[in-house]
Amino acid sequence: MQLLTFKGGVHPKYRKELAKDSPIKKIEPPEFIYLPLTQHTGIPSKPIIEKKDEVEVGMKIAESNGKLSVPLHSSVAGVYMGLVNWPHPLGGRKEAMKIKLDPQRTFEWKEEERDVDLFSEDQIIEIVKEAGIVGMGGAAFPTYFKMKVPPDKKIKDLIINGAECEPYLTADHRLILERAEDIFKGVEILKRVLNPERVWIAIEDNKMDAIDRIKEFSSSYPWANITIHETKYPQGSEKQLIQSITGKEVPEGGLPFDVGAYVQNVGTVIAIYEAVCYSKPLYERVVTVTGPVRDPSNFLVPIGTPFEYLIEASGGVFGGTMQIINGGPMMGIAQVYPEVPVIKGTTGILVQNEKETLEREVSPCIRCASCVDVCPMYLMPTEIYKFIELEDFEKAKELGVLSCMECGGCGYVCPSYIPLPQHFKYAKAELMKEKK
Amino acid sequence: MLQLSPAPHITSPKNIKKIMYGVVGALIPVLMGSIYFFGWRALFLCSLSVLSAIFTEWIFQRVTNRDIRCLDGSAIITGILVAFNIPVNSPWWLPVVGSFFAVFIVKQLFGGLGYNIFNPALAGRAFLVASWPSLMTGNWTPPINGTLSGIPVLDGMTQATPLSLLIMKPNLNVIQSLNSPTMIKTLFIGNTGGCIGETSALLLLIGALFLFIMGYADWRISLSYIGSIFVITGIFYFLGVTPVNPVFHIFSGGVMLGGLFMATDMVTSPVTLKGRWIFGICGGILCVILRLWAGYPEGVSYSILIMNMFVPLLDRLQVRIFGR
Repeated sequence: MQLLTFKGGVHPKYRKELAKDSPIKKIEPPEFIYLPLTQHTGIPSKPIIEKKDEVEVGMKIAESNGKLSVPLHSSVAGVYMGLVNWPHPLGGRKEAMKIKLDPQRTFEWKEEERDVDLFSEDQIIEIVKEAGIVGMGGAAFPTYFKMKVPPDKKIKDLIINGAECEPYLTADHRLILERAEDIFKGVEILKRVLNPERVWIAIEDNKMDAIDRIKEFSSSYPWANITIHETKYPQGSEKQLIQSITGKEVPEGGLPFDVGAYVQNVGTVIAIYEAVCYSKPLYERVVTVTGPVRDPSNFLVPIGTPFEYLIEASGGVFGGTMQIINGGPMMGIAQVYPEVPVIKGTTGILVQNEKETLEREVSPCIRCASCVDVCPMYLMPTEIYKFIELEDFEKAKELGVLSCMECGGCGYVCPSYIPLPQHFKYAKAELMKEKK
Repeated sequence: MLQLSPAPHITSPKNIKKIMYGVVGALIPVLMGSIYFFGWRALFLCSLSVLSAIFTEWIFQRVTNRDIRCLDGSAIITGILVAFNIPVNSPWWLPVVGSFFAVFIVKQLFGGLGYNIFNPALAGRAFLVASWPSLMTGNWTPPINGTLSGIPVLDGMTQATPLSLLIMKPNLNVIQSLNSPTMIKTLFIGNTGGCIGETSALLLLIGALFLFIMGYADWRISLSYIGSIFVITGIFYFLGVTPVNPVFHIFSGGVMLGGLFMATDMVTSPVTLKGRWIFGICGGILCVILRLWAGYPEGVSYSILIMNMFVPLLDRLQVRIFGR
């Protein structure tokens, strides 16, 4: 068996065993749901309902607000309570639509299956936009926008991302095991729109059962090629995935279609399938709740469900809650408020107890170059960091800081516990300011 | 109360203390060997050297109001390496002064851990050689159970280590013994004259192997440094430029100590793989030139110190950025 991989990267403890055998469980909605208008990269959506309005599951409650923006749908049936200033999982407080659940109106999404062939490529893209679909692997980039490939760019390789390299998280793993056929059906839709030469389904070799599951369908969907990747972080990163499969590097500042590639996460593919074939908008997603909780789980949750509700549903934390993280341990963001809601890009909730939370005393850089060795973008984090300390952002830019995707590999290996990715985030923000 | 730390929220098991004390641990077998070869005075000088290094660092950090981190292990390494670079019958103050210079001038005045340009221990040695040349290069004692030169009988050449015999225009007999398998074996084991910690290639290799496996030192630097010395002296031996074989060259003097423990110092070596190969190869070339044509019998310390100066330049050899 030939394992595909990329240059650089790290091997953290994956701890996927905590939640990987827990089947996806639909969770009862909480009493209140908070839907931040900022669900994705781009422009926040704009509310289209009034306070006290009754809402249904899947009802459009906010519309897309220009380019790079998608609508937002209610994830429960109930009453709209108005806009509140609510904690946001990406930091700070942002406007969120508060909805009070009506427990009497239980709901299952039941729509007749539609024939994909009825729609043109443009109609499919419009459906995807109207369904509010964004990349569900974490980046939350509006999918319709990505699907609109410029006419001069030809997609050769369509890559379905089932790598799920972030430690602890198992949502995509469960989706592959439980909904493999839906993934294939979703890919067929993407194939229609993009018309690629080859289709790849990429999975890391720590998920052999998922690979076997996909292989069961190889006779029904002969166009799909399965690629098995070495378990190494960040294999699931778009650029690294393209590099491992095609050998091509996305140019600096460029996009995957510049090398004829298109990557879509398995969760997003299922959302596309449900939107196109069942007119179902994106109002729920699978979230892994893991760490030192009594019952690590993969929940199918209404978007807008507060983190604390889900942590409670997994049996609560043992050892004292110290940190609640939106996402996994490598890239996840520590939360100030436990009532922060799940958004479309929330892949998981990781809890760390007192023992696991890092007490980091930062030491000077000893130039061990571990960060240089592991950087999958071939940067020299130690050098860039020193220029950022001197506030020389131009030099940092020259050394490639804008190529940093904040995967956290350098911060993970740094023996001096220097929070390198945070410095790069800061430098990138400063460079953005200058640009404006 | 929730804690807020920046991502990543997990770290690799490697940290500064582990690296520093790992290097100290790798030097312990060498120290034990030197006690076996040279007696307890080796331990005595080494302890003084370490205490001087730690104390200097403590005083400096105290006076300048910095975090006290004199026990992070780096000063201990410097102390041990300074002692390893002096002869065993040096006066007690020699390692004390050497470590003081290494830590105060070379390390702390340049900004402390991580900011020094030169390897502190090597610069300390260079300072001692320049200040007290007779103590540093003409003050040898034979090991307890062996001879200074590693050769049984030598007319009028009793005051020389195997390496220093070379610049004394030795006669054919001497050269023959230097090239003999017994000589190589003696050098490999370390039962010969030389600085406290440089004689035993075997023990140095054991320590370095541990560092390579743990990832506390980069084998590329050692391989390119020692390897290029081996290859170049091999060619010169073949051409008749040097009378002794390349195995003698890499096992004698400080090549093993320097190539395995000093050139690989993280702070003073390049951060890129390409840079490290160039650093090692150029260091090796310099070492051979200094050994064969300069005034001192040894070229290891100056070759590494000179290459230390090129590190900022070598760090500019950035590998191509992904997609650029």
